[in-house]
Amino acid sequence: MAAITLDSEMTDMKNSPGPDAVFAAKLAEGVFEIQKCGACGAHVFHPRVICPTCGSADLGWVAPTARGTIYARTVVRRKPERGGDYNVVLVDLEEGVRMMSRVDGITHDEIAAGLKVRASIGEGADGGPAVVFRPERGAS
Amino acid sequence: MSLRGKAAIVGAALAGCGEAHGKSAMEITVEAVHGALADAVVSLGDVDAIATCQPLDMLSGLTLAQELGLNPKFTMNNRTGGSSFLSHTLWAAMLLELRLADTVLICYGSNQRTASGKLMTALGLPTYEAPYKPMFPLSSYALAADRHMTQFGTTREQLADVAVAARAWAQKNPEAFIRDPLTREDVIASRLVSDPLRVRDCCLVTDGGGALVMRRAETAKDHPRPPVYLLGGGEGTTHRDISEVPDLTVTGAAQSGATAMKMAGVKPADIDVVQLYDAFTINVILFLEDLGFCKKGEGGAFVENGGIAPGGHLPVNTNGGGLSCVHPGMYGIFTLVEAVRQLRGDAGDRQIDGAELAMAHGNGGVLSSQVTNILGTESTL
Repeated sequence: MAAITLDSEMTDMKNSPGPDAVFAAKLAEGVFEIQKCGACGAHVFHPRVICPTCGSADLGWVAPTARGTIYARTVVRRKPERGGDYNVVLVDLEEGVRMMSRVDGITHDEIAAGLKVRASIGEGADGGPAVVFRPERGAS
Repeated sequence: MSLRGKAAIVGAALAGCGEAHGKSAMEITVEAVHGALADAVVSLGDVDAIATCQPLDMLSGLTLAQELGLNPKFTMNNRTGGSSFLSHTLWAAMLLELRLADTVLICYGSNQRTASGKLMTALGLPTYEAPYKPMFPLSSYALAADRHMTQFGTTREQLADVAVAARAWAQKNPEAFIRDPLTREDVIASRLVSDPLRVRDCCLVTDGGGALVMRRAETAKDHPRPPVYLLGGGEGTTHRDISEVPDLTVTGAAQSGATAMKMAGVKPADIDVVQLYDAFTINVILFLEDLGFCKKGEGGAFVENGGIAPGGHLPVNTNGGGLSCVHPGMYGIFTLVEAVRQLRGDAGDRQIDGAELAMAHGNGGVLSSQVTNILGTESTL
């Protein structure tokens, strides 16, 4: 499929899919990208029409380093017969944006604020693609 | 121009608190309205502006007008969640001061306990949170509690003490839904739901409604009960979804409280009694800090060992709060009704002697909207 770009020109913006649809299309292709503002340089997540830092519509897509740090964590307690416990975290990406996610490959009790993690594309609760994280092994 | 002292609450009532079997949300609301109008000795036909916000009825302002048989000059249905009603008082004061309305009715009601047994909401999970299935709204507050514990060393025991204090107040309030004894150990032994929050960190699920009648200060003394004046109000909105919160440990209460107290010309130490929106125990700790009753990070120590319980250093949630008195989905109006009762001297065994200045503080969404009201007796004008 053709690359999807979000042009900064308002005339083109009107004829382009919105940033939510662009993000979802990329994710479906196995690509995790966030926005970066061409005017002020701020990274942006979730995807937006204008930059929440400076108001510019000049938002392009960039691949993040995928490295992040756990900001906060909870474990939803659920009976084993209903699928068991699962974790929900807020992750700060190196780019300075925060997102909700899940950490796989580690016990829930080992997850705590400050843990270094790396993003990949896994499966969300609805069975669709979702950005998930695993511990950054060997990280200090 | 300031709104300080320009409008007053002249009528207040609750209805259907606890379990209101066989009643709809709007029926409970209208029962509260009937009570508030009777309390104020105001005719229904004199009401010329109304305000409400109901979880399942997007057009609840219109439904209310229909149920009351009114054609109001203003129908306010702004929806900032459970804080809406503390925002409605500000809008009411503006309408009254500008003489665009003369009698404003603010009300709420829900039958969520008897109708469903759990929180009833039209809200779904946000797009960028749904893949991870956080419990709504509980996991959002759990994340805030987790971060507060990490960053400031707030303890599990301190969270529990918020619930214990609420229960101790509830034991002094015959209208409170749960009045059994509750210890710190009970809270910590209760079922873990979304770490670190346990069942007893969570508000009740009850039915209930409340209503207020507001009029201009100059006519407030035409009514039989002592007027409760709106001295200040302020709002803050920092996000909608918890994944978008700028700082999990600082809420919009820092802005709303400062705005409200500046308008009122008061400082935290002046406040006699405080009503905070305690949907979860962490709320109280966050709000006490952000509203300036203690420094950031010291909320846990502030509430520890009965700090906000009867006999403590600050009376907080004297009705028993959402944790032990009543919580029908949106709790904001109950902070106002309890403030009115305290300032009228109507609070019975839980009355704070000489209470003249009260704070009522509402929370909406997931720590998203914060709205603060400062209320006072005639002596504070």
